[in-house]
Amino acid sequence: MDVSQYLEIFIDETKEHLQNLNTEILNLEQDSENVNTINEIFRAAHSLKGMAGTMGFKRMQTLTHDMENVFSEVRNGSIKVKGNMIDILFQCLDALEEYLNIIQETGDEGTNDNDPLVKQLNEVLNSKEGGEPAKKAAEPAKKAAANDADGQKWLSIKYDETQKHVLREAVAQGKHIFGLTVKVQEACILKAARAFLVFKALEDLGEVIISNPSVQDIEDEKFDLDFSLVFITESPLEKVIQVVKSVSEIEDAQGAAISDEKIKDIAGEVMPKEEPPAPEPETVTEKPAVEKQPPVPQAGTAKGNEKKNQVSKPAVNRTVRVDIEKLDVLMNLVSELIIAKNSLVSASVGDRGTNGGVNEHIEYLESVTTNLHESVMKVRMVPIESVVSKFPRMIRDLTKKLNKKMELYMSGEETELDRTVVDEIGDPLMHLLRNAADHGLESGEVRKAAGKPEAGSIFLDAYQDGNNVVIEVRDDGAGINVDEVREKAISKGVITPEQGENMTEQEITNLLFHAGFSTAKQVSDISGRGVGLDVVRSKIEALSGEVEVKSKMGVGSTWTIRLPLTLAIIQALMVDVGGEKYAISLGSIQTIEDITPDEIKTVQNKEVINLRGIVIPIIRLNGVLDIESKKNPEDNMTVVIVKKGDRLAGLVVDELMGQQEIVIKSLGRYITKCKIISGATILGDGEVALILDTNALF
Amino acid sequence: MEDLKVDLRNETTQFIIVRLGEEQYGIDIKYVDNIVRMQHITRVPKVQPYLKGVINLRGEVIPVMSIRVKMDLPVDEYTKATRIIILKLEQQGNIGIIVDEVKEVVTLENSQIEKVAYDSKEEKDYYIFAIGKYADGGLISLLDLNAVVLEKESV
Repeated sequence: MDVSQYLEIFIDETKEHLQNLNTEILNLEQDSENVNTINEIFRAAHSLKGMAGTMGFKRMQTLTHDMENVFSEVRNGSIKVKGNMIDILFQCLDALEEYLNIIQETGDEGTNDNDPLVKQLNEVLNSKEGGEPAKKAAEPAKKAAANDADGQKWLSIKYDETQKHVLREAVAQGKHIFGLTVKVQEACILKAARAFLVFKALEDLGEVIISNPSVQDIEDEKFDLDFSLVFITESPLEKVIQVVKSVSEIEDAQGAAISDEKIKDIAGEVMPKEEPPAPEPETVTEKPAVEKQPPVPQAGTAKGNEKKNQVSKPAVNRTVRVDIEKLDVLMNLVSELIIAKNSLVSASVGDRGTNGGVNEHIEYLESVTTNLHESVMKVRMVPIESVVSKFPRMIRDLTKKLNKKMELYMSGEETELDRTVVDEIGDPLMHLLRNAADHGLESGEVRKAAGKPEAGSIFLDAYQDGNNVVIEVRDDGAGINVDEVREKAISKGVITPEQGENMTEQEITNLLFHAGFSTAKQVSDISGRGVGLDVVRSKIEALSGEVEVKSKMGVGSTWTIRLPLTLAIIQALMVDVGGEKYAISLGSIQTIEDITPDEIKTVQNKEVINLRGIVIPIIRLNGVLDIESKKNPEDNMTVVIVKKGDRLAGLVVDELMGQQEIVIKSLGRYITKCKIISGATILGDGEVALILDTNALF
Repeated sequence: MEDLKVDLRNETTQFIIVRLGEEQYGIDIKYVDNIVRMQHITRVPKVQPYLKGVINLRGEVIPVMSIRVKMDLPVDEYTKATRIIILKLEQQGNIGIIVDEVKEVVTLENSQIEKVAYDSKEEKDYYIFAIGKYADGGLISLLDLNAVVLEKESV
């Protein structure tokens, strides 16, 4: 079978499963008894194995198979989760990731057998023999808890009065009553259809009294992979199970007769439901797969567990994979629609008053395009969770590597950003986190001496702030030593000693973003190669964002990344400079002021104005843009006050032309020299106007 | 570099003949995306002098350069015949070049194309990769688009 066409899906899904495994194994380390976590891990490992096998990646399959064995033993309770086991598992995940990378590049899994890992896994597996009996005796309940409860889900079915009545009658007529749990194969696409076939087959033999989920839900495919039912028939259990399993794509069917006492319990409500009687030795299990059959659960706890299972199963996001190119096309269409709207607007300005109807249509068109734009943007938005979810694992590794205790606290993972931004933001964030772990946090002894808790804390917070998304990386470490940075900067020749004297603390801290700057005394492989923060800054600036750092000695530092919500369409102020039109993003504009020429003062050869007590430097745009201003220098000047972080600057323009929604177009790969222009846009009359990057003017 | 030159294994190659000042040049037709009339060019500040700015070509922003400035010819005088030829290049994307006039399309057989070596001292010859010979004995310089479009190495 040619499977190459599935390669992309395979890679995508494998990535998802690996991420899932990473997260869940981390959880497992925290809470080694959590049945849900173990089941989730098992499921992910199992799917991975299956997928790798289907695609013919034998080595990957072998490794996942051995991992799965370990998980299965953990699930059965015969192995306990231990620190070194978690380490080995993480190493396995890394190895799998490596396979995946090789597959992505070459389409083949490579030749690394990862024998040592397989061996270690087997050692973990073998270790169970020694530990098992003692544990078994000591914790029988746990063993049951870890058991495969899936096959006995029918036990948790609840009965109403009519159904109880039917059961009583069936007993009276001497019919068999079976509880059944049917499991559909994971790969099954039409689950509802398969379930329907199962029901149909069963109806030939008897009567389905009740099902869980309800028949309606099953028809609507509102069930995961299994469903349970209670069935009255005259045929023996073996026959029933055989019939169910003759339906294709049914992975497993398990069932047992509901004993007389149980029926009495149900029918008469003599005993509380919390203690259902054991399913009895009559249980018949058949499984086509080669997997080892998990032991029959001890019923006492099984029910409680499976309840927990059902409640806390995370809702699966219903997603559609959309080719980003298709979205881009849609986006372009919307862009053109907006351009068309703009040209209508400018056409109507010409004959205002004579054509009231046109304005109405324009307003309508405007609302349509705005809504369309918003919804298309939303399609492109993804939560940053996909990026940040790998960080807890990274911090865990760093804890071991650096021998520092630290915890990562994350909030706002659901914050959404444009897909292209999310893809790019991972590396800078990782860098900042590593920095915080390596440079920011002190070692345990130092922390204790300073009266701080031994374990350092790193916070990753994301939230939306107006048209921006803010991501903060914060640590409670030592903070940035300004003097050290100053000395280093001078010794590296970044600044002269005189400059160093005159710089504010904030300015010196910002030197950290200078290329080739690293203050770590020891070069480690975590950070400190001197290529860090300047890369972070350039990457974030490439995304039209900005990064800042604030720090307090002994208390910690905060790195703040600010990113625009969208990159494609913005609200902008159009201005005229020397007869040319330029756009300034509305997001960066603070106010617009009318200034008389004598308000401009000169400080250190720089023009500034004193605006309501704040001294703001003045930038004459015509000078920056190499063009003659058409205004009389005696006249009042229009100054657009723009902000970059906390800093302000006043841009002198000739004239304001009004606010407009503009579509950002790139200037192309050919024009790269011009830093102050971030792009271009097409105006309603077809003319091209350039977009000023005000951040580059500071 | 190689892919921008004429593949000599092909039987014939078509060239668009353009006029720059007094001289005529040939441009391989496979790199020509479009020919548009002169239109308003939006100046881009702080770029190389030969980059005239950008134009709007059906919703796309396309940079436009002046070959005359690049070849150290007298600056362009825009007339009714002036055209912008939009080139489609793999590396740089679309780029417009300003020519004084578009004359015709000619088909040359490979035997009629003679490569030239870069031994000429003259500046404008740097941008020519071959000479085409018409059947009637006329000669035409064929532009090396790569050299035209690429930023000149500072000498």
